[in-house]
Amino acid sequence: MSPAKRAAEVSGLYVRFVGDAEVLEHIVERREGAKVPKGSVQKLLALKEDQGPQECEGSVGEQDYLDALGTGATAGEEDGGGGGGGSSGPGGSAVFTFQTAKRSHKMAQMASEMARAPGRTVTFCSPGSPEAAGSPSRGSRGAAGETRTPPKVRPTGGRGRDVRSPAGESWASRLNSFLPQGRKVRFVSSTPHRLRKRLAAPNLRSESDSDLSPSHSEDEEDDDEEEREEKEELREAELTTPSKVAAAALYRTPAKKPKKGLEPSLVEEYFTAHASSKVTTSDRTLQKLQTPKLDQETLARLLDGKPSSYADEINQLNKEHEKFFSKWMLQLQLGFNVLLYGLGSKKPLLERFRTSRLLGVTHLVVNGFFPSITLKSILNSITVEVLEHQGSFRSPVEQMDFIMKSLRQDPSLQVYLVIHNIDGPMLRSEKTQQALGQLASLTNVHVLASIDHINAPLVWDQAKLSLFNWLWYETTTYLPYAEETSYENSLLVQQSGALALSSLTHVLRSLTPNARGIFRLLAEFQLESRDNPSYSGLSFQEFYQRCREAFLVNSDVTLRTQLTEFRDHKLIRTKKGADSVEYLLIPVDPATLTDFLEKEDAQ
Amino acid sequence: QFYLSHKCVHCSSASGHFVFFIIYATRSLIIQIHQFILQEDLNKKMLDGLLEFVKKSAASFWCRDDDWMSRMRASEIPTAALVLGVNMPDHTITFESMTELLHDSLTPFVASVQAKECTGNRSYVWPGIKAFFPLPLQCHLCMSVCVCHLQKSPVKSPRKRLSSSQSEFLQSPPVVVIFRDLEAFSPQVLQDFILVCSQYVHQLPLVFIFGIATSPSTIQRMLPHSVSSLLCIELFQSLSCTQHLATIIDKLFLTSKFHFKFSAKVLQVLVGIFLYHDFSVCNFIKGLQLSLLEHFHSQPLSVLCCHKQEALVHAQQLNDRDVERIQQLPSFMRYVEEQVPEEQVQLLTSSEHVKGVCQKLLKSLHKYHKNFYPALRCLHVLTSILPKYPLGKQIRELYVLCLEKKVWETQEYDSAMQLIRMLAKDELVTCLQKCVEILTFCKSKKLKKVGQQLQDITATCEKLDSDRENDSSGKGLQKTDLFHLQKTLLEMKECRRTRRKTPYEILRNAVVDYIDNLVKTHLYPPESQPLYEVWYYSSSGTVRRHLNATPRTSIQTALSHPYCYLQNDSGIISSAAPDICIIYKLHLECGRLINLYDWLEAYATVATAAEGKDPSAIEGGKVDELKHARFIRAVSELEFLGFVKSTKQKTDHVARLTWGGC
Repeated sequence: MSPAKRAAEVSGLYVRFVGDAEVLEHIVERREGAKVPKGSVQKLLALKEDQGPQECEGSVGEQDYLDALGTGATAGEEDGGGGGGGSSGPGGSAVFTFQTAKRSHKMAQMASEMARAPGRTVTFCSPGSPEAAGSPSRGSRGAAGETRTPPKVRPTGGRGRDVRSPAGESWASRLNSFLPQGRKVRFVSSTPHRLRKRLAAPNLRSESDSDLSPSHSEDEEDDDEEEREEKEELREAELTTPSKVAAAALYRTPAKKPKKGLEPSLVEEYFTAHASSKVTTSDRTLQKLQTPKLDQETLARLLDGKPSSYADEINQLNKEHEKFFSKWMLQLQLGFNVLLYGLGSKKPLLERFRTSRLLGVTHLVVNGFFPSITLKSILNSITVEVLEHQGSFRSPVEQMDFIMKSLRQDPSLQVYLVIHNIDGPMLRSEKTQQALGQLASLTNVHVLASIDHINAPLVWDQAKLSLFNWLWYETTTYLPYAEETSYENSLLVQQSGALALSSLTHVLRSLTPNARGIFRLLAEFQLESRDNPSYSGLSFQEFYQRCREAFLVNSDVTLRTQLTEFRDHKLIRTKKGADSVEYLLIPVDPATLTDFLEKEDAQ
Repeated sequence: QFYLSHKCVHCSSASGHFVFFIIYATRSLIIQIHQFILQEDLNKKMLDGLLEFVKKSAASFWCRDDDWMSRMRASEIPTAALVLGVNMPDHTITFESMTELLHDSLTPFVASVQAKECTGNRSYVWPGIKAFFPLPLQCHLCMSVCVCHLQKSPVKSPRKRLSSSQSEFLQSPPVVVIFRDLEAFSPQVLQDFILVCSQYVHQLPLVFIFGIATSPSTIQRMLPHSVSSLLCIELFQSLSCTQHLATIIDKLFLTSKFHFKFSAKVLQVLVGIFLYHDFSVCNFIKGLQLSLLEHFHSQPLSVLCCHKQEALVHAQQLNDRDVERIQQLPSFMRYVEEQVPEEQVQLLTSSEHVKGVCQKLLKSLHKYHKNFYPALRCLHVLTSILPKYPLGKQIRELYVLCLEKKVWETQEYDSAMQLIRMLAKDELVTCLQKCVEILTFCKSKKLKKVGQQLQDITATCEKLDSDRENDSSGKGLQKTDLFHLQKTLLEMKECRRTRRKTPYEILRNAVVDYIDNLVKTHLYPPESQPLYEVWYYSSSGTVRRHLNATPRTSIQTALSHPYCYLQNDSGIISSAAPDICIIYKLHLECGRLINLYDWLEAYATVATAAEGKDPSAIEGGKVDELKHARFIRAVSELEFLGFVKSTKQKTDHVARLTWGGC
């Protein structure tokens, strides 16, 4: 039995000095989140000097606190009894971990770890070891000691990094990494007990439990792991840069001690991380890939029909959700509106609901993720398709009034609105949500919607929420967002430009030969200067000059008329330069433009 | 009159699903109606005051006295400021009933405006008002808009026309403009409007009503003195939302008339949402409706949750399936265990017998509730005046305590009883009188008897009063020095310790014993009653999940712990997490910007390993096409979810949008 445990057991008889630590803990926990004035932090830290041995108690308290938080977050779910899939969700601290200080090849390392231990990787919680947390001092050392560029699979020497540490512990140790160097140095004078030991024998491999501080308690094991890792860390440091051992040790270990005064610096850390524009990522680009960019079609072809590794489980999960259908229907009829959230596309689920329950009744499907959907189009389809009204409206407000009035007058008409992604980019505006909310508040309009964006609930304020009268349902489906993401212009997807090309040819075909010539002139010029990164377009004067030379126009008025037509068809874009000269640009990528010219030539 | 609509239930008891639906539907209707009645009752005082105010100001407009005061008043617009509290969505009902009331009883000219209808643009104020106002008045308002727009040179002609047409309005009722959400109006619009209106105050009987969510000082903050001096403001305070909630709980839950009950946890969840999220009584009612629906949906035996006579009839008509369900109820099983063996066999085999017992138990359940609430109220009366409120200040806190466990076993109860033992006489007497009132009004005979006894005690107590007065000799402290004072105090202390109890103290102890007895016989937690599941809804998790959901946690959990959701029967967690989870975990290890190439490579390493191949086989730059495609899909999904976005800061990088793991 370790002395620590013994101490804990006899604590009834044992008088300890706990005053400062206790007080400190209270003070700092109260202030968590709030910004503590600098002076007070320093004072608090100074107070800690004499409580080296009690530091572990502090961390236990913290863990309790976190446990409480975690249970607070999930308590409701756990007592639910007939809960859904997520009833056994982990505590808040496990889900919302704090960020670690990063190194350039962290990700590759992580990947290699996940690859090395495939059986366990799925379950790991974010690594809580100090090694992962990596003190800032390591960053600089890494830059000096190792080459940064190849994030190759780096053997990590089989350290116990996959250890699942309790949430509180990981939190605390992660916090440590946020202590800026400047502040740490202050602690050199108050070298705690443990540190002194370690400084005395930095490369002593088998430091036993008895070396631990006396009031060591339940998180002992993890702490042990930490200790060992730290030692390895030290050895490694010694090997690479022997002169830095002492310094590294001093930087590292005290950072562990002041667990309490750190919360405010987390906030500061956030801003320092975001203030500097310097980014430490490697400079490699996708150009290095031997496989070229994929276009949308290839992507769809590749992904189509490939079964997911979890197909069975996902199917099962979705079957579970389908059991709710009759309940949703009932709740919709009783004046509630149903909102689905959770990871995975909910479109198939809603589609199944629609086809199984809504076939006989009036319903309208809104694809909120569609990039060009507008409130007007939604309202139009209600007035035209549902209310069969042919007239037009001056403003959406008027249209809304009309819809509200006619729906109120005819309570027998029940309308079901199925909105995929009510948080879609085009529906996020205040006015749109207000209008949708007003629709939803009508007794004979029933809304069934889904959200996906993590910040989606911010769209609604209290008033809108009361209009919508949502019942939230968690439906995590894990299905790919195939349709929802197909409209987003992902970085990685090659823009085929097929659409742009066809529109170009169609518009130009209807123009006069002269106009075509003008456009061609501009296109050729743009292609010539495509290697010039600072090319901002052809200035109007120069363009006019060229057009004159090619006998395409005889006055700048003619050219302007022509350009206006181009602009109306969105074939060109004009930009005012710094010298207030107009620059003309074709907003199409060079490849499409080349294709276009080739096609023109072929004709 | 509550259960009139329940008749329809009988005829359709064959189709189980339909029954609960009808019961639910009628009941939610009842709740709604009931709530409206409550709301109107609560606001009745305020509305009456308001009505009076409008009437008075209109009257003073028509028959002006010639004295100085009324002339001063005449140049001001009478304004009622209603302080309503921050639960804005709830106000809609109040304003609707107010508009209706004014419209019906006083004037057809009532306009109710919301801030969002009149943003910024000056002329925008009017659309809301125009709709309500008769044509000639509209002309006026348009004129005033003219005036407003031509402020530099106030045109003479509109005024002239106005004075010529003045006679038309002499007999017209007052014009009321309601500003529903004063805080949201732009001050400029409001100022202009008031200035314009003040010019017509001699011709038009205008009355303003401001709906204020925060505090009356908002008016001063929004309007400069020159404008606010044009208003003659009278303040009206509505009932606070917590009081409103207390009334609803009081009327709906602390009564044996309404049979659907919450367990302690559900009530706590709903009250918690109310207190910590929105202060909205409407939302509370929504939670009530939801749990009612859930209860009737999930508990088939809830057919028995109705009026006593009906419940007995329903119990007789139970089919075998329902009888089985009854036998499986935990509370019923507990009841069975307490019986003698022969009875146990009977209860487990004969369905007819179960039905009979069930009726008996239902009766006792009704009886239990009849006694429970008066006893609870009595206890509350006594404990709500104690310092520090050991058993809670509000009756709902005490109610939750009593629902949770045997209240007399708690420490708080002990301390409360001790404090009662120290109550002064007049306090105790007032409390007892209240208790007696409660107990005599209840139907149960037992409680009436207790009430009678308490009344006797009170009477004796009061009689003591007069006796005591003669008794208390002038033993007060005379003016003395410190030493003597100390001595006297010590003596007094000594004598108090040895002194035998006064009659009052004996009586007080008797009262405490009575109350204690009352509590111990009637305030058993409902869990102790067989068949309590029929009345009580206890799934607080469901309510919380549906009303107070945490979508972000759910997404994050699904991403970081997929095994929470994806469990197969074998219980083995396969190594291949869904692509998006791998991608998400890798991205957590990155800073503000993420290099796509590195990301892709890391992903490929993991994915290759998951397939059982050696990850080190990947050479730089060679990524299998399928993996590339899967990577692209996962990244665009993360982008869709809002975790990353493309950035131009560096080629082939994406920016992380979340800080830390959240």
